[in-house]
Amino acid sequence: MTAEHDAETRVDEQSDDLGEIAAESEAADRAKSESEDQDDGAANRTRGGSFRVRAGILIGVLVALLGFAIAVQVRSNSSSDSLSSAREEDLIRILDDQNTQAARLRQQIADLQRTVTELQAGGDRNSVALQQAEQQLAALGVLLGTLPATGPGVVVTVTDPAHKLHPEDLLDIVQELRGAGAEAIQFGGVRVGVSTSFTSAPSGVQVDDTVQQPPYVVRAIGDPKTLDTALNIPGGVAATARAAGGNAAVAEMQRVTITALRQLPNPKYASPSGR
Amino acid sequence: MIAALALVVGIVLGLVLRPTVPSWLEPYLPIAVVAALDAVFGGIRARLDGLFDAKVFVISFVSNVLVAALIVFLGDKLGVGAALSTAVVVVLGIRIFGNAAAIRRHIFRA
Repeated sequence: MTAEHDAETRVDEQSDDLGEIAAESEAADRAKSESEDQDDGAANRTRGGSFRVRAGILIGVLVALLGFAIAVQVRSNSSSDSLSSAREEDLIRILDDQNTQAARLRQQIADLQRTVTELQAGGDRNSVALQQAEQQLAALGVLLGTLPATGPGVVVTVTDPAHKLHPEDLLDIVQELRGAGAEAIQFGGVRVGVSTSFTSAPSGVQVDDTVQQPPYVVRAIGDPKTLDTALNIPGGVAATARAAGGNAAVAEMQRVTITALRQLPNPKYASPSGR
Repeated sequence: MIAALALVVGIVLGLVLRPTVPSWLEPYLPIAVVAALDAVFGGIRARLDGLFDAKVFVISFVSNVLVAALIVFLGDKLGVGAALSTAVVVVLGIRIFGNAAAIRRHIFRA
């Protein structure tokens, strides 16, 4: 604003003020003269009084209205949030911030949901792996002889009254049963495993650590017919037993239960190598 | 005296009733308040000058409010609403300061 303008404004304002004051003084004069006029009669006096009262009421109402408006405006200004009075650039910036934050939070939600999915899938995989491991453990336990087993199979009773059967003949029975697919074998009271040995003993045969005497009872779990056939092939185990003056009676059973267990030694030198 | 009492009553009413400002009145109310304040200060000054007249006060009060609202309305229509509101507030503020100075001179003789 130039100095000229400034001065002009000031002059305008002053003249305005002066005009208003003049008007007010004029009006005051008029009112004074009016009241002087009214002083003449009693009737006029009451009229002037009523005018004054009415003016007072009007002024009171107006000022009360002003106070009311001030209170309302102050309250609405302080109660409404600061956004309504914020400038446009600020509002745009705030909006941008909010949008950025919303995008970030949405991204976070997506990440977390992906994590949840991954964890669920991982949990499923883990439980499947665990189940498989347990099944494998059970299968290996049955095959290695650390777990009792039951199922269809045969019970072979070998008699040897003349004590003519050699340990290798008895081992042949086990081999024959293994070759025919027997999954679990019990020789007398001994569970047959990978390291089972047959050695000769004065009164019979020593299987692992126990000495056994005839008749030998061999239980095997597998397909009964195949096992029976394998034992009874011409020139096979049964024939050998008969040739030695004994017998090998094979009974096919729907249910053979093997309860003898083996203790597995912990490997001392060998350890699993990575696949 | 009556006016001061009325002002207090009005403020108390406004605080107690907690009315919400209608949206069409929102831009006009602050300017109208400032304009009315100007009229009130002018009235006080005239009173102290011994020139107070109820009629002039009432008319200046009402016309001040109306003119202020008209200027804001016009400013809104012309697209310079915020600037014109600021202008009105500045002018009224200067006038209020002038009147306040006159009142001060009357009361404190300084």
